[in-house]
Amino acid sequence: MTRAQFEDRLFGVLRWVVIAFLAVITLLPFYYMLLLSLKPIDALLLDPGSLWVSTKDFTLSTYRDVLRSTDAGGQGFLKFLLNSALVSLGTVALTLLAAVPGAYAISRLKFFGHRQVSALFLAVYLFPATLLAVPLFVIFAKLHLSSSLVGLAIVYVAQTVPVSIYMLKNYLVTIPYTIEEAAALDGCSRLQTVRKVILPLALPSLMATGLYVFMIAWNEFLFALLFLAADPDKWTVSLGLAQLSNGVEVPKTVLMAGSVVLTIPVVLLFFAAERLLTEGLTSGADKS
Amino acid sequence: MTTAPTGAPERRDTSTGSANRPARRGRRPMTAGRRANRAGLAFVSPTFVVVLVVVILPIAWTVLLAFQHAKLVDIQGMGLFGNWTLDNFTQVFGSAGFWQSLTTTLLYTAGGTFGSVILGLIAALALRKPFKGRGLLRAAMLLPYVAPVVAVAFVWEVALSPQYGVVNDWGRRLFGWDDPIAFLSTREYEVGLLGVHFEIPLALLTVIAFECWRYFPFAFLFILARLQAVPDGLEEAALVDGATPTQRFRHILLPQLMPVLALLCVLRFIMTFNKFDDVYLLTGGGAGTDVAAVRVYDFLTARYDVGAAAAQALVLAVSLMILLGFYFKFFANKVQEES
Repeated sequence: MTRAQFEDRLFGVLRWVVIAFLAVITLLPFYYMLLLSLKPIDALLLDPGSLWVSTKDFTLSTYRDVLRSTDAGGQGFLKFLLNSALVSLGTVALTLLAAVPGAYAISRLKFFGHRQVSALFLAVYLFPATLLAVPLFVIFAKLHLSSSLVGLAIVYVAQTVPVSIYMLKNYLVTIPYTIEEAAALDGCSRLQTVRKVILPLALPSLMATGLYVFMIAWNEFLFALLFLAADPDKWTVSLGLAQLSNGVEVPKTVLMAGSVVLTIPVVLLFFAAERLLTEGLTSGADKS
Repeated sequence: MTTAPTGAPERRDTSTGSANRPARRGRRPMTAGRRANRAGLAFVSPTFVVVLVVVILPIAWTVLLAFQHAKLVDIQGMGLFGNWTLDNFTQVFGSAGFWQSLTTTLLYTAGGTFGSVILGLIAALALRKPFKGRGLLRAAMLLPYVAPVVAVAFVWEVALSPQYGVVNDWGRRLFGWDDPIAFLSTREYEVGLLGVHFEIPLALLTVIAFECWRYFPFAFLFILARLQAVPDGLEEAALVDGATPTQRFRHILLPQLMPVLALLCVLRFIMTFNKFDDVYLLTGGGAGTDVAAVRVYDFLTARYDVGAAAAQALVLAVSLMILLGFYFKFFANKVQEES
């Protein structure tokens, strides 16, 4: 057997081993999450190694417990879900409002300092979120915004504007400039061109960017912890789950149901728009 | 605060719009370059104002705070300037475990970065050629990246738990472990291999593994996109010349992938270096996983010492910039030459 034949065979086998391994490490944890959320805590303690749930143990009471409001003896995740949704949607709206004009300007217009500005926006990521956390914590404490969802949304905008500008800009440069010239010849002002020509054309990119921002805001934890920890009424789902999992009072299987509730919206959105999102994120990566 | 800047371009743009028409009262019409310049500044200014207010000013203030005596209680009455001091830095550098924590951060960052990029590379190579169910697996592989960190960290915590975790249960059944292993709270774990006993930082390795698992999809996405843009002709030519798979990878694919790999390493390095939530959620910074970002959080919330937290965060940012500076000075050009 020549070296080439040997390698062909070796990698032919290895490839399937790798594929199986990847499938296991990515799917198993999520299967485990779902599994534990469907059984009572006694069943978990009795047999921690079991990878299925028997019909005898199967229960949905964990979900009832986790979603019911605290007054009714549950964990109040329904309220947390609402908070998370409000903050995330607000962040998406504000971020797009702030990012679209900037991205358009950077992609299209040769204005004084356009190079520096786009570098500046990306340089923001050199600074750790913790560096931003200190002054924002102090400012918000001063403004009495520190335990409000509005304050949190503003912080998330700070985290997501630079990457949104980057993603939108990558898409906008692919729209031919001649379309804009045609619109200008037809008598559109610059703003009309943006609203009537560029934005409809950029809709896929706007959606991809909006989704990505939603994911970041929905999954965020550090700032929620810093700003809202003292006020359980305002907790987001992420924060609620983290705070409750530190204690021993709430059974782990109930919290597992909470994890499922926390994960499902993001995963559903992601699968609905997977192609859109992956292309939006990696556009530009295939050009060297 | 955010509605004001978005209103701004409309007002300004109508003025540039009217300037589009030939100017009345005998003024010379603006050149296209000047109009673009004006419109550009008008469009970028709302975005710029938002970034300035929520990002740049806070960072500047952090730098100021790092040089002041500032506890959260007396910050209300404090001016922006005053009480200059270097105490915060002596406190940060002198505090127990600072250097230890910096080393931990570096190990964690290097491990997480290279681990996730290499795993992403392997995954991209394996999923390069079509097979049945490839689209589904590709989507499923992005799950660790898109799922909320709190949820997945909680799953890992439960799965690795010594009391009710699935990993320890299966470990005892399949590998005959005598005692359950507390993956997330064991600082040093003694391993005997071929009669040699040595200790490994188990909790640190576990959080690094978590980091690799959570972020390899990110690397995978970028590498796969680049891989599919490699022209087929190159590889076919190498195949005709009798190159083996490893040779084709080393001499054809790798040079093509080098720029995106380098970019990914830099991106992941920056992100992991500043990472807070993963470590905090898994171990709370205990058992030898006290990365610097968790220390900043501790300064801020446990002691309400804003000055020290700012100083620690600043030291973190500066060390990152020094590392990146080294990278761009010595390696960035090399990668570009190779590609």
